[in-house]
Amino acid sequence: MDYPTDRRYLASHEWHKLDGDTCTIGISKFAADELTDITYVDLPATGTEITAGQPFGEIESVKATGELTSGVPGVVTEVNEALADAPENINEDPHGAGWMIKVKVSDPSSVEALLTAEAYQAQLGG
Amino acid sequence: MIRDGRVCGEPLIFEKSVPGACAVDLGPSDVPSTDPTETVPASMLADDAPPLPELGELEVVRHYARLGSRLFSVDANFYPLGSCTMKYNPRVNEWAAGLPGFTALHPLQAEADVQGALEMLYYLRVFLAEIAGLAEVSLQPAAGAHGEMASLMIINAYHADHGGVRPNVMTTDSAHGTNPASCTICGRNAVQVKSRPDGLVDLDDLRVKVDDQTTALMITNPNTIGKFDPQITEMADILHKRGAMLYLDGANMNAILGITRPGDFGVDVMHYNTHKTFSTPHGCGGPGAGPIAVTKALAPYLPRPQVEKRGDGTYFQNHDMPKSIGKVRTFSGQIGILVRCYAYLRALGPDGLRDVSEKAVLAANYIAACLKDEPGYELPFSGPYSHEFILKPRLASGLRVLDYAKRLIDFGIHPPTMEWPIHGALMVEPTETESKATLDEFSDAMKRIAAEAAETPDKLKDAPEYAWIDRADEVAASRKPNLCWQAENAVDSNGR
Repeated sequence: MDYPTDRRYLASHEWHKLDGDTCTIGISKFAADELTDITYVDLPATGTEITAGQPFGEIESVKATGELTSGVPGVVTEVNEALADAPENINEDPHGAGWMIKVKVSDPSSVEALLTAEAYQAQLGG
Repeated sequence: MIRDGRVCGEPLIFEKSVPGACAVDLGPSDVPSTDPTETVPASMLADDAPPLPELGELEVVRHYARLGSRLFSVDANFYPLGSCTMKYNPRVNEWAAGLPGFTALHPLQAEADVQGALEMLYYLRVFLAEIAGLAEVSLQPAAGAHGEMASLMIINAYHADHGGVRPNVMTTDSAHGTNPASCTICGRNAVQVKSRPDGLVDLDDLRVKVDDQTTALMITNPNTIGKFDPQITEMADILHKRGAMLYLDGANMNAILGITRPGDFGVDVMHYNTHKTFSTPHGCGGPGAGPIAVTKALAPYLPRPQVEKRGDGTYFQNHDMPKSIGKVRTFSGQIGILVRCYAYLRALGPDGLRDVSEKAVLAANYIAACLKDEPGYELPFSGPYSHEFILKPRLASGLRVLDYAKRLIDFGIHPPTMEWPIHGALMVEPTETESKATLDEFSDAMKRIAAEAAETPDKLKDAPEYAWIDRADEVAASRKPNLCWQAENAVDSNGR
C-alpha cells in the first residue's frame, strides 16, 4: 500500500503528523496488521512529558505486546479516549481514527528528521 | 443436553443450587456460638448471608468429577509446550510429599522436632549446588520469576558493596518476558542485546553494550529456539572484565543436567524452575519453587535463614547472615514442592539425571528429524537442537499458526507455544518422559494437519471440532472480558 505522505515515520512503525506545533502519533497499517486484533492500548495521561526514542505507552493484541515509541519530545495535550472501548479502531483505521496521542512539540522541525513515507516503505521491503 | 454422547453445558455450581439441599450434617457445635452483631462493627456486616450453593454430596462430587474429566493434563495427554517442560510428575513425588513428617509440620516447631525436614532441605541445597556447579543455593524463592528478582537483588547488594549499584541489565531478544520484567521490578533498565540470524548472541553487540553501568546479562542457555550458545564462556569473560555478572535463566536446564554445569561455563547466579526441570506440578500460579544458585562471592547476600549442618550431625536454621538481602518468602519456602523436587533427584540419582537430559534432547531431535522433509513445514534454525526446536508451518490460503494449534487439539495433543520467540512458528518441547509411539503420533498428526492445510483448510479454520467447546472468541474475550458471574435477577451494589 501507499503510506500517507502528510506525515513522518519511525522504523518501529509509529507515524507522526504535524499540524502547527501539535504532533499526532499513531501506528502504521503494517504494524496494526502484524499485531492482528488489537485488544488494549495503555496511553499516557494528558500533561505527561514524553521523550524522543523512549516508550510512551504499550499496545497489546491477541498475538503480541509491544511498546509505543515517540520520535519527538513534547507534552501530551490530548489522548484518543475512544480507544479504551474500541481498540479495533486501530486495526480498522490505523492512519485516522486509530490515532493515539497528540503532543505539543517545542521544535516542530524534529518531526522533519523522521522517515518519509517513501523511506519507511522502503525499509518495510517495498 | 446430549452431544456426541457427552454431557455438555455443565452449569456452574451456583446454578445447580437447590434451596434447602445439604451435603453434610455437621451436628451440634461443641463451642459456644457468637452473635456477629456483638463482635463485628455494624459497618462491616453484610445485610444478608452470602448466596452459597446448596447441593447434595453426590451432586457436588459429580459436578467436579465432570469438570475434572475435561481437564487437559499431562497425565492424560501429550503436552509439548515449548520452554515450559511439561514432563510427567512421578507419583512417587506425591507419596513423599504426603508423608506425615512433612504434612503435619508447623514452621514454628522446635528445631529438634523437625530434623528430618531440615535434613531434606539441607541436602536439596547440596544437590542443586552440585547440579549448578555453583557454591551455594537458596530454596526460598517461590517461582522462577521470584528467583530472578531475588538474584538481581543479590547482585545489586554485591555491587553496592563493590563500587556501587549499576543501572542496566542486559537481556537477549529471545528471553522469557520475565527477564526484562524482573529488571524493571528491581529498578534496573532492561537493555536488549541482539541475536545473530542463527539465533545465537551477537558478541559484537554485547561488547559494545556492556560497560561499568551493566549489572548483569540474563541469558537462557540453551536458548528458547533450542540452541546451546557455545560462546557462553566468552560472554562471561566480556561481562566479568567490566565487573558485571552472568545470570542464567534455568528454564532450559532439562537439556543439560549432568552434561555441563552453569558454574563451569562462567555463570555467577541462576535460578531453577522445579516445575520444569524437576517434575513438580505446574500449579496454575502456585505454589511453586524457584531455587537460586550463586558463586561463593555472592553467597553472603543470599536470603536468610539457610539450613546448616552442625558438627554433631544435627541441622539448624542459620539466621546469622549480616549481608543477606533478607527474607524473600516466609519460613523455608514451599516445602511441599521442595520435597517433590528432592524425591525426584533421589529417585534418579546423578546418572539418571544425565539420562533425563539425553533423552529429552533425543526426543526433540527425533521429532525434528521426522518433520524436516515435510513440505508443509520448515525448520528455520539448523539442528542438532537441544531439548526443544522451532517448527514453522509454510502458511498458505489465509491460515495462521493458531489454526494449526487449534487443529492439534482434535488429535488429543496440547498445542505447542505459538508465535514466540519466533513469529509465525511453534516451539516444540516433547520432554524425556514420552515414548517413541507418542512422538510418532505427534509427528503424524503434524503431517496430517499440513495435508489438511493444503487440501481442506477449513478443517483448520473451524478447529477444534472434538473439544468440549468450539473455538473461543479470543478477541472478544480480550476486548470485553466478562469475568463476573451473577445470578439472573441479581441486583448489584448499585441497585441495577
